Amino acid sequence: MKYKYLEHTADIKFRAYGKTLEEAFENSALAMFNSMFNGKVKETVTKKICVEGKDPEALLYAFLEEFLFLFDSEHFFLSKIKNLKIKNGKLTAEVVGDKASNYEIHIDIKAITYNEMFVKKIKDAWTCQVVLDV
Amino acid sequence: MTEIKKISENIYEIPKTGCMNVPGIVYASDKLIENIKKDKTLSQVSNVACLPGILKASIAVADAHQGYGFSIGGVAAFDMDKGIISPGGVGYDINCSVRLLKTNLTKKDILSNQTKVVEALFKKIPSGVGRGSIFQLTKDKLKKVLEGGAKYIVKEGFGVEEDYLHTEEEGCMKTADASKVSERAMKRGIGQLGTLGSGNHFLEVQFVEEVFDKKVAEVFGLKKDQVTIMVHCGSRGLGHQVASDYIKKMEDKYGFKDLPDRELINAPIKSELGKDYFAAMSAAANFAFANKQLITHWIREEMKTLFPKIKIDVVYDICHNIAKYEEHLVEGKKKLVCVHRKGATRSFGPGRKEIPEDYNKVGQPVIIPGSMGTSSYILVGTKKAEELTFGSTVHGAGRVMSRHEALKQRKGEDVKRELENKGIKVKSGSFKGLAEEAPESYKDIDEVIEVVHSLGISKKVVKLKPLTVIKG
Repeated sequence: MKYKYLEHTADIKFRAYGKTLEEAFENSALAMFNSMFNGKVKETVTKKICVEGKDPEALLYAFLEEFLFLFDSEHFFLSKIKNLKIKNGKLTAEVVGDKASNYEIHIDIKAITYNEMFVKKIKDAWTCQVVLDV
Repeated sequence: MTEIKKISENIYEIPKTGCMNVPGIVYASDKLIENIKKDKTLSQVSNVACLPGILKASIAVADAHQGYGFSIGGVAAFDMDKGIISPGGVGYDINCSVRLLKTNLTKKDILSNQTKVVEALFKKIPSGVGRGSIFQLTKDKLKKVLEGGAKYIVKEGFGVEEDYLHTEEEGCMKTADASKVSERAMKRGIGQLGTLGSGNHFLEVQFVEEVFDKKVAEVFGLKKDQVTIMVHCGSRGLGHQVASDYIKKMEDKYGFKDLPDRELINAPIKSELGKDYFAAMSAAANFAFANKQLITHWIREEMKTLFPKIKIDVVYDICHNIAKYEEHLVEGKKKLVCVHRKGATRSFGPGRKEIPEDYNKVGQPVIIPGSMGTSSYILVGTKKAEELTFGSTVHGAGRVMSRHEALKQRKGEDVKRELENKGIKVKSGSFKGLAEEAPESYKDIDEVIEVVHSLGISKKVVKLKPLTVIKG
């Protein structure tokens, strides 16, 4: 399982999993976009991103927030992530996607929150938990 | 579990324990408190009570539900010298707010044109996700919007003076400083001025179904069967980014190790960072005021093509995610304090200098939107609110069901049909969005209103019923 959605009264909450920290981060981004639109997204645009964070949660926050920025300022909608690397609190990746206006997106995510957020290894799986403000 | 005891009708107390500097007070009925107990609202109210410089009590009002850090429906006031300001106490959607317009039409004018009205407004006002604004802004003009709010938009030719005079803060927080808003936030907001957004944001054409207080209704210019228009939206991506930016800055400067919840990150009110956040928050608030002013202008243009003799005036425009410096009585003395209202509305009684002149004798209009397709209420602010809640009351019904659960239970097509059977025409970019906002996902608005009315922290004036709904 790449991710699952959990109950939350007003907002969107999910857990994303991965064999590696990188994979769990990647699945977190996919979980976020899937909550906005559930379907196939074309691969017409590629962008390079680079974000930093002082701890794993801050890095996850900055990583996901970068997508909200790209969404609002350039209408970028994610399809997949390539070459995601995390080293010394710095994340780099190539993100591939399409113009958001080509899809029926039903909810606008306002912000990433630190509410109940964690990044940790549970048994063999890296797990990221996130609550999105919608 | 957080301990809570009933101290009188509709008033519950969380006694001061552990790190709490003041008690927690929840204003709710026996029925509503049972819902509130189900999520993390009460522990969030106690956590806020632990913040430095908090005055009197950490307060939650009847529509409270779990937020992040601070609960939604939360009110917290802080001492200007010893207290803090927190982006989490304002919320990510800075100045998410509601504007009420009144018209010279009556219910039957709309009934014979319902579909035309909803189609025309839907076409004109960008709503939902990804529909950008038709209004092109340069960066220089955006800065003017951030510092001038609705007032600037009117001066640019999109409205009349009375519009911003009938807006909280007269449509412009003078404390705004555009230089405190990041490039990133401006990039997110520049294409979004004049858009509704999504989620619980909406534009409704309604009519006055019931008048509870004829005298006050007259002062607000409202009477039975009159058509009103309600707009609910906020500061869009710009405000969201301001919140995120300052959360990060405050974490970098102060750390979050000593906080019960990372979302409670804050800065002393009078610190550089505290002042910078307030200036940036004020700028985002102005963006939201300007946003609704532009939408108001477009509503006027569009409705005029359908009803050439229509006249549309602003009744009032209220903030429900904001921090303000206001004077309140604390231990018998008038004092300037920093009030955070997150999912709560200002509810000032008669005589306050902040209220427009024409409402000053009765108190400010308080606009409470219901959930999609249900009634909304106009209340009037009271002196009692100034005594109990730092001049605050509820902001809406408050969710009880998650979006996820709503999607499992409901289909957008069915929700639309049900509303149409009730005589309400709905238009939305997304059926899924309609399902998520289905009326049963929210608390019973009537119950919420009865609580604040009987407590006296705001009094019922009129009840509004929707005729057409555009869901963001």
